[in-house]
Amino acid sequence: MTKRRIEPILWLLFSGGGVVAAVFLPILILLFGLAIPLGLVQPDYNHLHAVVSYWLTRLVLLGLIVLMLFHAAHRLRYTLHDGLQLKRLDKPIEVLTYGAALVGSVATLLIVLTV
Amino acid sequence: MSAPTTYRQPLSRLWWLKKRTYFMFVLRELSSIFVAWFAVFLMIMIFAIGRGEESYRNFMNWAGSPVVILINVVALAFVILHTVTWFALTPQAMVVRGPGSRQVPAMKEVSVAGRRMTAATVVRVGGRMPAGLVIASQYVGLAVVSAFIVWLVLR
Amino acid sequence: MADNIQMRVTRYDPDRDSEPTVTTYEVPLRRDWAILDGLNYIKDHVDTSLSYRWSCRMGICGSCGMNVEGEPKLTCATFLTDYAPGPVRVEPLTNFPIVRDLVVDIDDFMEKLPRVKPWIIRDDDVTVIDGEYLQTPVELEEYKQFSNCINCMLCYAACPIYGLEPDFIGPAAIALAERYDLDTRDAGQRERLDVLIEREGVWGCTFVGECTRVCPKQVDPAGAIQRYKLKAAQENVRAFLLPRGAR
Repeated sequence: MTKRRIEPILWLLFSGGGVVAAVFLPILILLFGLAIPLGLVQPDYNHLHAVVSYWLTRLVLLGLIVLMLFHAAHRLRYTLHDGLQLKRLDKPIEVLTYGAALVGSVATLLIVLTV
Repeated sequence: MSAPTTYRQPLSRLWWLKKRTYFMFVLRELSSIFVAWFAVFLMIMIFAIGRGEESYRNFMNWAGSPVVILINVVALAFVILHTVTWFALTPQAMVVRGPGSRQVPAMKEVSVAGRRMTAATVVRVGGRMPAGLVIASQYVGLAVVSAFIVWLVLR
Repeated sequence: MADNIQMRVTRYDPDRDSEPTVTTYEVPLRRDWAILDGLNYIKDHVDTSLSYRWSCRMGICGSCGMNVEGEPKLTCATFLTDYAPGPVRVEPLTNFPIVRDLVVDIDDFMEKLPRVKPWIIRDDDVTVIDGEYLQTPVELEEYKQFSNCINCMLCYAACPIYGLEPDFIGPAAIALAERYDLDTRDAGQRERLDVLIEREGVWGCTFVGECTRVCPKQVDPAGAIQRYKLKAAQENVRAFLLPRGAR
C-alpha cells in the first residue's frame, strides 16, 4: 500500500503554479502592470468589469491565483530552508509560507465571488 | 588505536555565490517572490474593479506611480526568467511521447487486500518528443494565451 | 608550452593535522597527461605519502573523482593542459568527510544506494534454465541512459542540497532507482517508492541541475529525479483517492 504524504500534493500545486505563472504572467504584467497604468492602452472600465465578472473568468482567475500563490509559497519555503539552514525554523517557515498562500486563496475566493 | 578523525568540510553560508550556476539557480528561485507579488497585485486589482470605476481608476493611478512601475518592471524581468527557465527544463523533467510510442507488457507490484504481489501490466515506451519540440510548443502556447488575453481585454 | 605546471594539492594527515593544508608541487606539463598522471608523478617522484583513489584511468571505474579548480571531475579524464599555465587546485570531493589527503569517506553513499534496491525485483521463480528475460531495443532505450552511472559521486559533490541536507538520498541513488523502475523486467516500483517518497527521498531536490552538469557519463540524474517526483505524486494522488484494497 502506497504511503499517503502531503509533500507530493504540495509539489503538484507548485508545478501547476509554475506552468500557469510561466504562461500567463508575462502578458498580465505587461498589460496590467505596465501598459495600462502608463496609459499606453486604455480599456473601457465597463468592458473590463464585464469580462472579470463573467463566471468563467472568475473561475479561471481563482485557479490561476491560487496556483501561483502555492507555487511561490513552496519555492520560497525551500529557498528559506536552504538559505537560512536553521532546522528549528523549518516548521515556522512552512506555516508562514503555506499559511499565507491559504489566506490569499480564501481572500481570492471572496474577491472573485463578489466582484 | 582509536579511529582517525575524518575532517568534515564546512559549507559556507554563501555557497550560492561560489559558482555562477548556483547564483543563477538562486535568482530563478527568487523569481517566486515576484510571482507572489503579482498574484496579490491581481487580487487587489480585481477587487478594485468590483468596487466601481472610481476605485479602478484609483488603483491604476497607484499602479502608475514610479515605485510601483519600477517594481513591476523588475517583476516582469524575473517572471521572464521564470518562463524561460521553466520551459527549458520541462523536457528534462518529463517525458512527452508522440505518435511513435507504443505499449509493451511489463510487471508491476500491486496490493491486493493488503498483500503485495506482482501483476502483468502495460507501459508506454519509445516515441519521445525531442526536447526542442517540447520547448517550442510551450512558446507557442505562451503566444496563443498572450494573444487571447490581449484580444479579450482590449477588444 | 611551458615545461612544468604547479599543482596545489590538499594534504591532510588525520594523526597530525587538525585541518587540511595545501602543498604546491611542480609537475611536468605533458600534453597527454591527465590530473591523475600529475598525482602519480607526485607520488612516484616527490612525496610517496600522497593518498588518493584511482583504478582504471579511463573513466569507467568511478574511483578518481576530485575537485579540480572547484569543479568535481574525474581526474583521469581531465587534462593538465586545460589548466595551463596553472597553478591547478586539486581538492577532495566536496560534501564528503576527508579521510586523508584526497581520499573521502563514501560510507554515506554506500549506505544509501542499497536502500533504493538497485536490482531487478520480481517474485516469479524463473531460473537460468528457463531462459532469458526478453527485452526489445526500444524498451532498453527507456532506461539505458540511467544505467550508465559509474557511482563516481561527482553529482553528490556538486549538489548543494546534499551539502545542506546530509540525509538527502542524493542524485545517483535516485537515478539508479529510476533505472530499475523503467526496466520492463522489474516489478519493484512500489518498494522503491516507499523509500523515495519520504522527505529525504526526492522531495529535498530543488532541481538545481548541477548533478547533470557535472556527470561524466551524461546520466542526467536531475531529469531522473523530476520524473520520479511526477510518478510519486501520481501514485500519491491515487493513494488518497482509491480505497485501501486497490492501492
